[in-house]
Amino acid sequence: MTPEVISLTHGVVGYDGRPVLRDVSLTVTAGEVVAILGANGSGKSTLVRAVLGLVPLSAGAVTLFGQQVRRFRQWQRVGYVPQRLGAGSGVPATVAEVVASGRLARRGILRPPGRADREAVASALRAVGLADRAKDPVATLSGGQQQRTLIARALAGRPELLILDEPTAGVDTASQEAFAGALRGFAADGGTVLLVAHELGPLRPLISRAVVVHHGVVAHDGAVPDPAGHHAAPDHDHVHPHGPEEPAGLWSTT
Amino acid sequence: MSLFQYEFMLRALIGALIIGLAAPALGIYLVQRRLALIGDGIGHVALTGVGAGLLFQTSPVIMAVIAATIGAIAIELIRERGRTSGDLALALLFYGGIAGGVVLVGLSDSTSANLNAYLFGALTTTSRSDLVTIAVLGAAVLIAMIALRPALFAVCHDEEYARVSGLPVRGLNLLLAITTAVTVTIAMRAVGVLLISALMVVPVATAQQVTRGFRATMAAAMVLGLFAAGAGVWLAAVADTAPGASVVVLAIASFIVVTLLAAGWRRIRRARPEPEPAPEPHEVLLGGS
Ligand SMILES: Nc1ncnc2c1ncn2[C@@H]1O[C@H](COP(=O)(O)OP(=O)(O)O)[C@@H](O)[C@H]1O
Ligand SMILES: [Mg+2]
Repeated sequence: MTPEVISLTHGVVGYDGRPVLRDVSLTVTAGEVVAILGANGSGKSTLVRAVLGLVPLSAGAVTLFGQQVRRFRQWQRVGYVPQRLGAGSGVPATVAEVVASGRLARRGILRPPGRADREAVASALRAVGLADRAKDPVATLSGGQQQRTLIARALAGRPELLILDEPTAGVDTASQEAFAGALRGFAADGGTVLLVAHELGPLRPLISRAVVVHHGVVAHDGAVPDPAGHHAAPDHDHVHPHGPEEPAGLWSTT
Repeated sequence: MSLFQYEFMLRALIGALIIGLAAPALGIYLVQRRLALIGDGIGHVALTGVGAGLLFQTSPVIMAVIAATIGAIAIELIRERGRTSGDLALALLFYGGIAGGVVLVGLSDSTSANLNAYLFGALTTTSRSDLVTIAVLGAAVLIAMIALRPALFAVCHDEEYARVSGLPVRGLNLLLAITTAVTVTIAMRAVGVLLISALMVVPVATAQQVTRGFRATMAAAMVLGLFAAGAGVWLAAVADTAPGASVVVLAIASFIVVTLLAAGWRRIRRARPEPEPAPEPHEVLLGGS
């Protein structure tokens, strides 16, 4: 039997007493590439953050690599790409500096970066096609390139499990394809992937299983559902503008 | 004859240089976190410690370190909860701190000149033991900020990611809070409570006009802080101005000069015809890892 990498059983999560996930169970085994789909606000990010122990469960249990997430310490095995960078930084930082943060889980806080760290950063930047931008300030990159920087940061730690929250939302086609390439390489090397997607686009052939979250429960867990509506047109060029307002998505059920 | 042959001037200069180096090394993390004015707030709280020290005739500086540390930890815990009421809690802490300080100083036998020394700095009264305190604490702050730079950068840049990297996020945040309190207290001797944030923040603001990365910004800000401190004490000595204010005036003057130069440089560069940027090479992007 393949070992369980992620196991969430009967998870309940809410904010300020308002439930977002009512009863969600999800298992991801080694080597799988699982997509979480669902409408905006259905709790996809909440699910991912609960798996990582960033939001507490009010009921249920999460394990990562067979260990309770609260006691989990082998963070070098996990790479996380958040939906978007928080408030952002007031001080300039280069692409390489941001990606270098991805090495901390492996290196610890006291050891200064060494050769292996620099090589891992360089190869992660190559994997997402940003090698030539390493010394540029992150703020001068396009939205898609910034997203790729965060993906490189996760890859730099050489994780076994990648957890990505809408890595392709609002991202230009070039970046989407760069990302699909990097992900294909990661999965081919035996990596496990859990990714939230608004729509799959060029990622579709890589996905081995889809989980649809709806009204706080898992509405579907299995084959990737067929796209419907105008989004399905093969020539449909869907580039979201960056911003809080996203058009109603492929998986929206409202 | 050099001014710095006077021992008190030399002590003032050394103290200012240490603070000039340490304050921006810490301040860069506060700026990154958009908490640039937190030093000001903690300075207000430190003033209550000064008042208590004067009232009970114990060392005002040690009491200030204690009060500022408690205040900084309280602010950090409020920030961690991320409540909107955090704003009001901070206001209470800040104004409570300064009012408490003024009241306590009033209750003690000390004069308002004594309070002024903490409000505006009293670099030239730096004693030998003050200098030792400044050197030891300043070195501790510097070492922590430089040695832990990757971890502190990660925490200030993206706290959730730092958590998922297994970093001791809370410990690092508290470390920042405590080093802020310590820096504020030693800087209080030099530039005074009302000008502390300037020394932590202005060199960083100046440096980032011209730098591209975090490490470069940190190094440049420390050089600028050192320059402002040294030149400020020299200016105070030759022009007989208040040293603390002179240091800050020079820091802000550097900001203005660098901003103007950077704007001029950008304009010159834009006037020159630039080659068309190459389109993104798709084949390379698809290369995988
Ligand atoms: N930190 C938070 N505090 C309170 N409510 C939140 C928070 N994060 C998300 N929510 C709410 O939880 C619901 C699910 O959000 P989210 O998990 O981000 O959905 P999705 O990623 O599917 O768009 C939304 O109604 C959102 O407003
Ligand atoms: Mg989301």
